[in-house]
Amino acid sequence: MQMPEPRADVLARKARILERLGSVLPGRAVIHDPAETRAYECDALTAYRCPPLAVVLPGSTAEVAAVLKVCHEEGVPVVPRGAGTSLAGGAMPTADCVVLGIARMTRVLEIDYEDRIIRVEAGRTNLSVSDAVAERDFFYAPDPSSQLACAIAGNVAMNSGGAHCLKYGVTTNNLLGVTMVLMDGTVVELGGGHLDAAGYDLLGLVCGSEGQLGVVTEATLRILRKPEGARPVLMGFDAVETAGRCVADIIRAGVLPVAIEFMDRICIRATEDFAHAGYPDCAALLIVEVEGAPEEIDAQLGLICQIARRHDPVVLRESASAEESARIWLGRKSAFGAMGRIGDYICLDGTIPVSQLPHVLTRIAEISAAAGLAVGNVFHAGDGNMHPLILFDANKPGDLEKCEAVGAEILKLCVEVGGCLTGEHGVGVEKRELMGVQFSAADLEIQMAVKDVFDPGWLLNPAKVFPLEASRGRREVA
Amino acid sequence: MIAPGSEAELAEAIAGAAGPLAVRGGGTRGRVAAGEDLSVAGISGVVLYEPEALTLVARAGTPMAEIEALLDAEGQRLAFEPMDHRMLLGTEGVPTIGGVVAGNVSGPRRIQAGACRDALLGLRFVDGMGQVLKSGGRVMKNVTGYDLVRLLAGSRGTLGVLSEVSLKVLPRPEAAASLRIQGLSDVEAVAALAAALGSPFEVTGAAHSPRGTEGTPETLIRVEGFAESVAYRSERLCALLADRGEIAVETEPGRVAAIWSGLRDVAAFAGRPGDVWRVSVRPSDGPRVGAAVQGAEVIYDWGGGLVWVLAEAGSDLRAALAGISGHASLVRAAPDTAARLRAVPPEPAPVAALSAGLRARFDPRGILNPGLMDG
Repeated sequence: MQMPEPRADVLARKARILERLGSVLPGRAVIHDPAETRAYECDALTAYRCPPLAVVLPGSTAEVAAVLKVCHEEGVPVVPRGAGTSLAGGAMPTADCVVLGIARMTRVLEIDYEDRIIRVEAGRTNLSVSDAVAERDFFYAPDPSSQLACAIAGNVAMNSGGAHCLKYGVTTNNLLGVTMVLMDGTVVELGGGHLDAAGYDLLGLVCGSEGQLGVVTEATLRILRKPEGARPVLMGFDAVETAGRCVADIIRAGVLPVAIEFMDRICIRATEDFAHAGYPDCAALLIVEVEGAPEEIDAQLGLICQIARRHDPVVLRESASAEESARIWLGRKSAFGAMGRIGDYICLDGTIPVSQLPHVLTRIAEISAAAGLAVGNVFHAGDGNMHPLILFDANKPGDLEKCEAVGAEILKLCVEVGGCLTGEHGVGVEKRELMGVQFSAADLEIQMAVKDVFDPGWLLNPAKVFPLEASRGRREVA
Repeated sequence: MIAPGSEAELAEAIAGAAGPLAVRGGGTRGRVAAGEDLSVAGISGVVLYEPEALTLVARAGTPMAEIEALLDAEGQRLAFEPMDHRMLLGTEGVPTIGGVVAGNVSGPRRIQAGACRDALLGLRFVDGMGQVLKSGGRVMKNVTGYDLVRLLAGSRGTLGVLSEVSLKVLPRPEAAASLRIQGLSDVEAVAALAAALGSPFEVTGAAHSPRGTEGTPETLIRVEGFAESVAYRSERLCALLADRGEIAVETEPGRVAAIWSGLRDVAAFAGRPGDVWRVSVRPSDGPRVGAAVQGAEVIYDWGGGLVWVLAEAGSDLRAALAGISGHASLVRAAPDTAARLRAVPPEPAPVAALSAGLRARFDPRGILNPGLMDG
């Protein structure tokens, strides 16, 4: 992983920069002791690390603005950080940067059940947003699997998804407004309690911009009333193609399940050894969940099972109780942990058109065999968001590089069949150099021109998203 | 009129343009900007439709009617329920998918299924220098690069001229029902709609017309889905709202569709004198809008969050609504109103600077629908 050379002039001015940051923040909010900054030297992409110049933990929008103003004046790169759960290295520091952590800003500012919105500080964790409105049976829909730990700030930066987005959409579909600080310290409000912009949809542009356009300090989110209930059905097939056809038929029948999860044999076996969820040993397993009142669930599951039977499932198990539902989900929810017991892995995140599923799985198996690295597949089948897990041995020299090469080949395949590099994790540093596979030079140029508007000096999270060579001129002029 | 027949010809036309261009799809919103007419209607046709993947890709000039018929044959639809502007604006022409996307046109179902921008998966467009560019793709989940898809949706052709769009489509439910309560005040109605929208019964329409179709206030709630679900949810909503007034339930498909297409197209204001404003606010602020525009006629959609106002020509609604957060746009303006008031509301200075900066990057010569998005 290549990162730009740290700016020597910034490193040379470290003492002055720390002093200025200290003058706008309470003492404990500026961290520069190497023992303490270690916790910030990477995010969940732990293979790559770099200690930052300093870490600041402001407690308000005003403090964030003051920090950014100082960094702007001093020409210091800033890496915004939510909870540090990015799998793409979105919060990975450079030696010359100030990490701006938002973790102290966790307050709920407003809950309005009548208007079905909640306004929170952006350091608040995803799950605790739902918790804050659970007493009235409401919830916040996007549910990335890191939802216990990940922050709304990071969700907005990455436009995070989750298992239930077939029905509820991703972050951008549930985000109504933000308070955001631009790199020069200007505070802007985008959106609010109302729907849709009258002018340009800057809120939509900011969501998913990976912390490169501004630092989001507050967010207004749509909350929904919880459905009366939800229940899954588990089905196993002896061929991947059959599972794919079954998914297609369910969708064609007009059913809109809240989740359709897929696991292949490698993942099923690993999960069974680990979680003992009672999964059948078969080529492909689907978990299809629907929501509603008990009668509505019965009717929908009845239709789904009728469709599944036409495809000769090796197992078809409709949940009849909360206990059975939990058991069906147990394996899926422990799949990543189970794969982690077998070895180290890299988790990819490409999305493909669902019609390409059988072809892509066949090709992944071929790529896996040629490289001699096992690849397990577990993913959201309803929306085509794949999560191939490539196993490798971190202690074996060269294995990580080999694994990354397999990853790159699989992601190129995703683009080739009409999909994309990343469905919900973001580009970060991880997929930066692959952007040319999906975009033309002109496509990337207009995106970089957008950053020029928000951050002309390219100080905010500068070495992410775009191939380093493509962004070099902009980063170095600054 | 410049009328390219392909994306490449569109790019050539824009690159070679000597002056401002007035970009149009089917022209159903009338003449929107000064300049030589550039029609996208010739760039037409469905490129890809995969019902099992809920995905449609169409060229920008494809008529809405063609898309709707294609989807209908497979039991699917565009869930965001775009309005047809022709009746309200007294225009002719054929609505196109590009025009719908460029205006982020979304109807009553926006509160449950999202806006046009939420259904958009990707687009191709030509910028002000004649470059062909793309963002997004044709898959449901895609966070690769900046989301120019959302930025271009609703940008009314001022950042680029759309050539192709891909959209998520959804199953067309087998049944629908429309509940009606008569006689509620605006405040009571919005409270009733909030109760319905805050229930687990997946309300897909929540509107209130103080004049109704018979001169009496009408509060309307829609549910859609499988027949059993619609029956169940209607019954539960009736129970939930029983103390607010007598509830009539309409389930005849043609009549349910007519009620909601009338609301969608703001049929009540068609052919009547005055300016038509579209006001987006927090739903609970809806009645404040109604109270602030005394003398004007209003219709509430989106549970109160969208207020259509038929105001006396020339009245400055924005001044009347000062202090209520949200925004007000002019959808139909008498000539002298249009001369005095901007269609799009002004933005605070730092946001306006960002908008102007984007416009300067996407259209450095300022030739695409100039002035159309100036607040």
